[in-house]
Amino acid sequence: MPEGARVLDVGCSDGTLLAWLRDHRGVDGRGIEIDAERVARAVARGLSVVQGDADRDLAEFPSDSVDVAILSETLQAMHRPARVLRELLRIGARAVVAFPNFGHWRVRLALLARGRMPATPSLPASWHETENIHLCTVADFRALAREEGLRILGEAHLAGWRRVPPAQANWRADHALFVLGRP
Amino acid sequence: MNLAPPPHRVLRLPGVLSLDSGGSLAAPAVAFETLGELNARRSNAVLIAHALTGDQYVASPHPLTGKPGWWTRMVGKGRPITPERHFIICANVLGGCMGSEGPASIDPETGRPRALGFPVITIADMVRAQAGLLDMLGIERLLAVVGGSMGGMQALQWAASYPDRVRSVVAIATAASHGAQHIAFHEVGRQAIMADPDWRRGNYLAEGTRPARGLAVARMAAHITYLSEAGLTEKFGRRLQERDQLGFGFDADFQVESYLRHQGISFVSRFDANSYLFITRAMDYFDLAAAHGGRLSQAFMATRARFCILSFDSDWLYPTAESRRIVQALVAAGRHTSFVELQSPHGHDSFLLDCPAMNRVVDGFLRAVEAEL
Repeated sequence: MPEGARVLDVGCSDGTLLAWLRDHRGVDGRGIEIDAERVARAVARGLSVVQGDADRDLAEFPSDSVDVAILSETLQAMHRPARVLRELLRIGARAVVAFPNFGHWRVRLALLARGRMPATPSLPASWHETENIHLCTVADFRALAREEGLRILGEAHLAGWRRVPPAQANWRADHALFVLGRP
Repeated sequence: MNLAPPPHRVLRLPGVLSLDSGGSLAAPAVAFETLGELNARRSNAVLIAHALTGDQYVASPHPLTGKPGWWTRMVGKGRPITPERHFIICANVLGGCMGSEGPASIDPETGRPRALGFPVITIADMVRAQAGLLDMLGIERLLAVVGGSMGGMQALQWAASYPDRVRSVVAIATAASHGAQHIAFHEVGRQAIMADPDWRRGNYLAEGTRPARGLAVARMAAHITYLSEAGLTEKFGRRLQERDQLGFGFDADFQVESYLRHQGISFVSRFDANSYLFITRAMDYFDLAAAHGGRLSQAFMATRARFCILSFDSDWLYPTAESRRIVQALVAAGRHTSFVELQSPHGHDSFLLDCPAMNRVVDGFLRAVEAEL
């Protein structure tokens, strides 16, 4: 993250990431979050966060108004993930997207062995309570980026706190992070 | 009724104040209160803008009622807006009746109360008068302008009229324009006042009467809009007032009737009926988008102020949708904006009542603005 960058954090929760980026990278941050309690906590930290629905309210943000748009652990809760990605790259020149990998071996094993929707450490909620309606795998995300013509500028994958090489990410990583650029 | 003028703190603006109507006021009086001290850099001034029936006694005792200030939950030692850090200014609005130039002021040309000879004023005119006051106090730039309801309208207007004079704007439970329902409720209030025979075509002060019944009815009707249905039901329900059964008459059988009558009567002792007409008119004329080519975002293009917009889930007078409209315009204008809908059961009045979440949000917001200095 460049020093002093303009950043929009979509689904910023209580602003933990934005506050860190402000305090350690001097970023000029803004956020949007759907949950009122979390917004109130973020604003009380002095962050510019508006209560809103990313599926609907991103359209109001002007084009090219930030350097980097972040979508952290939120993609899978969007009604229209592809449209949200396009919006991120309209508002910002770059997008950083992090999401839980549904291709992780634990997920596959749970479904294969038990025939039940998986509840894993990174996706703990049961199928009927989860906010996550559009889960995807690392391979799914790469395919979507290709279909949308988005450029993958970088990627990083984690299993716990250990890095996983991209080639093995689809089955070994529990979390994935992509840096996207415009077509 | 004792109407001896209390010793308000008043300055007269130098020269002539030009108004949106095309009219003007020569050397208008502006009554105000301050708390705290202006710092050496003159960077800690916070202007509080009051609502329709508010006044400058935001955190000091009201000289007529003896009650504590109207926003002591937000303003005062240990509060988000505190004399320990801020120089707090609150002025009675133009058109008001607590010492600022209004329809009850004496017209120097006739020696009689101005009454309906007072010019129709707007929210922008109120803000002009406040800016004139700040000039006299030697304050070029505000740390924040803060207001709820009509005070929020003034706060938004400040950013549009004086974009370089505000570092931040806090607008609570407000709207960028008055809609048909707002105007309709206000018209009921105005008609109640004007239907009172003691109104005397506005000349009641000169003729020694007071349209007390009309003003009380206006207040009663308006007061309902400040509450929520759930709040009214919880507070009163169908409970009877000091009786065990229905009276089969038109006394105040129900507690809610007694409550509203009390609200009306106590209001009359501290407010001027013509001021009520002029100030409600100013609110009805408010339409910030229309004044900027029909695009609300245009109103916020020139300023670099940070904005904090708050609404309450039970407020049906200025509901969250109105705040959202403001937020959409601010986001489109690229302004740093914070917005949250707070939970409170008390309807529009929530901003005046105990709401810890509101205080936390305003406190954090103001501290962040101060940290940027």
